Amino acid sequence: MSIQLDFPAVLERWPSFLAGAALTLELAFFATVLGALIGTLAAVGRGSRSAAIAGACKVYVEAIRNTPLLVQIFLVYFGLASLGLKLSAFTVAVAALTINVGAYTAEIMRAGFEAIPRGQIEAAEGLALSRLQIYWHIILLPAIEKVYPALTSQFVLLMLASSVCSQISAEELTAVANYIQSDTYRAFETYIIVAVLYIILSLVMRAGFWGLGLVLFPRRRRLGTPL
Amino acid sequence: MQQNPSSEPIVSLRDVQKSFGPLRVLDGVSFAVQRGEVLALIGRSGSGKSTALRCIDRFEKVDGGEIVVCGHRVDRPDVDLRALRQDVGIVFQSYNLFPHLTIEQNITLAPCAVKGMATAQARDLARKVLAQVGLEEKLHAYPEQLSGGQQQRAAIARSLAMQPKVMLFDEITSALDPELTSEVLKVIEQLAADGMTMVMVTHEMGFAKGIADRIVFMHRGKVHETGPASILTSPTTPELTQFVGTGNLKS
Repeated sequence: MSIQLDFPAVLERWPSFLAGAALTLELAFFATVLGALIGTLAAVGRGSRSAAIAGACKVYVEAIRNTPLLVQIFLVYFGLASLGLKLSAFTVAVAALTINVGAYTAEIMRAGFEAIPRGQIEAAEGLALSRLQIYWHIILLPAIEKVYPALTSQFVLLMLASSVCSQISAEELTAVANYIQSDTYRAFETYIIVAVLYIILSLVMRAGFWGLGLVLFPRRRRLGTPL
Repeated sequence: MQQNPSSEPIVSLRDVQKSFGPLRVLDGVSFAVQRGEVLALIGRSGSGKSTALRCIDRFEKVDGGEIVVCGHRVDRPDVDLRALRQDVGIVFQSYNLFPHLTIEQNITLAPCAVKGMATAQARDLARKVLAQVGLEEKLHAYPEQLSGGQQQRAAIARSLAMQPKVMLFDEITSALDPELTSEVLKVIEQLAADGMTMVMVTHEMGFAKGIADRIVFMHRGKVHETGPASILTSPTTPELTQFVGTGNLKS
């Protein structure tokens, strides 16, 4: 038995592959930025003195972490449609991915917040800083620093998981692959190329997060401590 | 609005009660600190001295009694915490410098964020207070690059930058070896010489004897004996006699 691989037949569709990869990266970018924001707020909310806010944040986190991403995407897709909202597949995909990664970010950030020693907060209170100033100046960056590897892995995972957005015909990398393989009948070659492209995208994201880390944590840069 | 005539104490506690669950930590504690005075709170572990100190800056809420600090009624639930804490500086045993900020940023943060001071002015201030504690050259270092004694001196400088009317020290040398302890104590001596009002919880009996205007000896949640530093050499109660007699009084 021998496998006949014909990459040129598939590779001549490279502009479509590139467009799909670009869209995947775009999806990941928006969902990461928005999800980091929502997740951080949800993590702060879980520590709220208001039982209603803390409870709502907990329900959000648990509901998302215990349902499949694909089901969440369909819920957003058909839910918004039934409300009469006509949104592009891209917008729906960003919304669903944001909601998803936000819940995981909330749990990771909560661990980060809990790792801040009580004495840090007391010292800040003793200097008359307000609650908001304490979160912003004292807690946030050290908390992110403590969980940065977990956080960035989650965002890379999100980029890979965005492949299920092909189900609502967002034209990301996996969707592009699906129609290229049905056009060319070269499924194996197509998905080998797609796998390689996903690896490259992951490396690009990891490099991006490494660079971001240098900007966010100047002490690490100065002292040469690895993250 | 609030007035502080020189006759009024900067800090006064009257019949303060505080319990942690069934444990009565403060059982009717009263003492006052006058402007420019250095008061040392001493006593065994668990005697309530740290709790008493923390009540002054409202890190603990009291169950009863009255605390007045720079005109603020600290025992009342509606006390303006941020105004209180601008008047009171506190330094802890574990330094608690912010690890992600340089020493300069540690010092300038509160003056800028709380008092709205301009950055350039805050940087000048940082240099000034660091010079006071002998650490000018560490302006741009991170806390982890400093020794324990240096970190504690930087924490004192950070507190000084808010120009407090009274400073609280909670066993600030307990985590340091004798050499580092003496460099921190020198800074405190200088502050005392400059007229800073201070309340310190300390286990350094020799130091307390040398610097404190008044000693408050706490025992089982009460002020058991109080008086000038000389009570350490001639105590009147058997408890203080025993406390200073256990080898604590070395200088």
